[in-house]
Amino acid sequence: MKPQTTHFRFKASQTLVNDQIQQSLEHVYTGFHEGRLTAAANTDNWEELRTKGKAIKDHTIAHLDHYLDLLADSVEKNGGHVFFADDAEEARQHILGLAKANDVKTVIKSKSMVSEEMALADALIDAGIEAVETDLGEYIIQLAGETPYHLIAPAVHKSRKDVAALLSDDFKDGDPVPDAVQLTRMARSKLRAVFERADMSVTGVNFAVAESGSIALVTNEGNGRMSTSVPRIHVAVMGMEKIVPSIQDLSTMLRILIRSATGQRISTYVTMVNGPRKPDEEDGPEEFHRVIMNNGRDRLRAETRMRESLNCIRCGACLNACPVYRKVGGHAYGWVYPGPIGSIVSPVLTGLKDASNLPNASSLCGACHSACPVKINIPRMLLELRWRTAEGKVDARERTSSIKERAVWKAWRFGMMGRRRFDLGARVARIMIRPLSRGGWIKKAPPPISGWTVTRDFPLISPKSLKSLLSVRTKHTKRDLD
Amino acid sequence: MPDTSPLTARPLRVTLFASCMVDQLAPGVGFSAVEVLEHLGVQVDFPGDQTCCGQPAFNSGFRSQALPVATRFIELFENVDGPIVVPSGSCAAMVRNYYGDLFDRDPGLLERARRVGERLYEFTEFIDKFFGTDAIRGSLDDSVTYHKSCHLLREIGIDGPPLELLSNVEGLTLTPLNRADVCCGFGGAFSVKMPDISSAILNEKLDNIVQTGAKSVVAADTGCVFQMQGGLRRRGSSVRVVHIAEILADSIRSTGPDR
Repeated sequence: MKPQTTHFRFKASQTLVNDQIQQSLEHVYTGFHEGRLTAAANTDNWEELRTKGKAIKDHTIAHLDHYLDLLADSVEKNGGHVFFADDAEEARQHILGLAKANDVKTVIKSKSMVSEEMALADALIDAGIEAVETDLGEYIIQLAGETPYHLIAPAVHKSRKDVAALLSDDFKDGDPVPDAVQLTRMARSKLRAVFERADMSVTGVNFAVAESGSIALVTNEGNGRMSTSVPRIHVAVMGMEKIVPSIQDLSTMLRILIRSATGQRISTYVTMVNGPRKPDEEDGPEEFHRVIMNNGRDRLRAETRMRESLNCIRCGACLNACPVYRKVGGHAYGWVYPGPIGSIVSPVLTGLKDASNLPNASSLCGACHSACPVKINIPRMLLELRWRTAEGKVDARERTSSIKERAVWKAWRFGMMGRRRFDLGARVARIMIRPLSRGGWIKKAPPPISGWTVTRDFPLISPKSLKSLLSVRTKHTKRDLD
Repeated sequence: MPDTSPLTARPLRVTLFASCMVDQLAPGVGFSAVEVLEHLGVQVDFPGDQTCCGQPAFNSGFRSQALPVATRFIELFENVDGPIVVPSGSCAAMVRNYYGDLFDRDPGLLERARRVGERLYEFTEFIDKFFGTDAIRGSLDDSVTYHKSCHLLREIGIDGPPLELLSNVEGLTLTPLNRADVCCGFGGAFSVKMPDISSAILNEKLDNIVQTGAKSVVAADTGCVFQMQGGLRRRGSSVRVVHIAEILADSIRSTGPDR
């Protein structure tokens, strides 16, 4: 997927005035966020599980080469094929090659964010192959010609009416809007035929177990199970960080993933696949391929301060908790991963210069850090990226701060390096902006704080600093004692 | 010899770090904090040379500008003994949680920063730790709701104490705020860099505040106070926003020796 991270401000401002999307985004809080809080409260050892989850991911990422080797061995032992792709292009070409070599006519996809990085569905269609998304949300998005809005709820911004119009050619404005059950039936009847004729599937991987070679897929619709058992070829695509050492670790990770994602204790389906069908088995694919993609993840891993972002299990909890995501929506972030996690991984994976708005689009409220099941300190990494865009100390080409901005902070430093300057600066600023104020508040302020007063009054600087208030008080107290 | 043992006894003397914003924009908050601490029998020193902890530049990414200001902060406060109290969870978080990133190339400064950070307490945290939230026996006839300031709640990890302090004020009606732990949208420079997003977040907060019917909303950080008060004023609302130090000081004043 081509990054469009430069469009952040524009896309955000469009969403802010779209009442229908704002209403849809409310569900992200009342449904997912509150659901997660309830699930966590009902889990006795929740904090213990988070600590354990973080330890598992820290360990795995620290020894990633070892576990990738182990995983590849296990997959091959099970009769599957492994392909390591350096980037999205390599992964895409490999999968296209597989499809062509096997004369594949129809590919069914189950949800995978990594395949979004490859823009795989479009690439297959361009090659003349029918490629259909089978996760309901993804299917809706595909029909709309859009990209996912949320990590686990790709069509969360669509109203029921939008969905009806996409699923039915006959639906007209003013028609009664079908309910969720009816809509799902409509999608199901269309998808069933595609499932039956598909000769290849591409699925994501929620976790890959290194010791057994298994993949675990978490779904609520059963499309994952259909995709892994019906077509004759199954291709599972994964980012190279999506790995856990053992089945025991998987158990821990599934518990925190599902609770954090939807608030469920367990999803309707948890599908585990080890490889192709064995001679004594009745169903399953004849061929099983595993594509393990890097696509910049080694850069995240090489940077000590960004490495923790590879712990992400794509539950979406940080999006649901984020006050910014819930106002600007998923498309503003301009690449595959929206929300707080997107704001730290997109700049490194797609280029910080273009994505410089992303780390700045945060009040640093820390809700993402608190919500994260593996405790990724997202605010800390946002600050790291802000530093790079401001000063370009890591790579001069990353610097996007303006000369004006740099001058402001230089002046700020000068003002803070001595108490007299600090007081004098405040008094001068007060004299300058006081004519604009009434009753201690300013309705229209000049730059650089003009943005504030579009919607808010700004406080006038106090006539006296705390230092001078306290020194007067001390004098009085002394006089009283005398 | 530096005091590295955990403080257990009630301190008789503390040093106030006002924060730059309180110092110049809301000195009443600092003044109130002094009054409350004195009411608890604590003598408050105010080093007159103090300015800022460096957070505004650090959060904007300008670490090379933040660095000397933060170093100055350490030099100033490592020379005073005993606890340092700041009426801001945000400044406390800067010193305690982020100086490590700022000084990571200088092990000497890092250690000095750690030692200062160990003695630095946010205002309500300090009262809770050394005196308990029932130590202030004030009363006030008012109806309030409480907004959980982000950095105090999530960076410092203080949730209960501000609410307990408020519920222990006699005569005060405390109405719970829906989504109290959701940010008000301030975020320092974020509020002027991306004002439309900041305001959209604020609007949700203000709707929830107005819904409580409370006359005042209490917060624990001056940034939140100005963000919410600025927005409420623009809406033409009469709801006041006050810092928790102010309302506690009010509650002591109205139960002064005359009554």
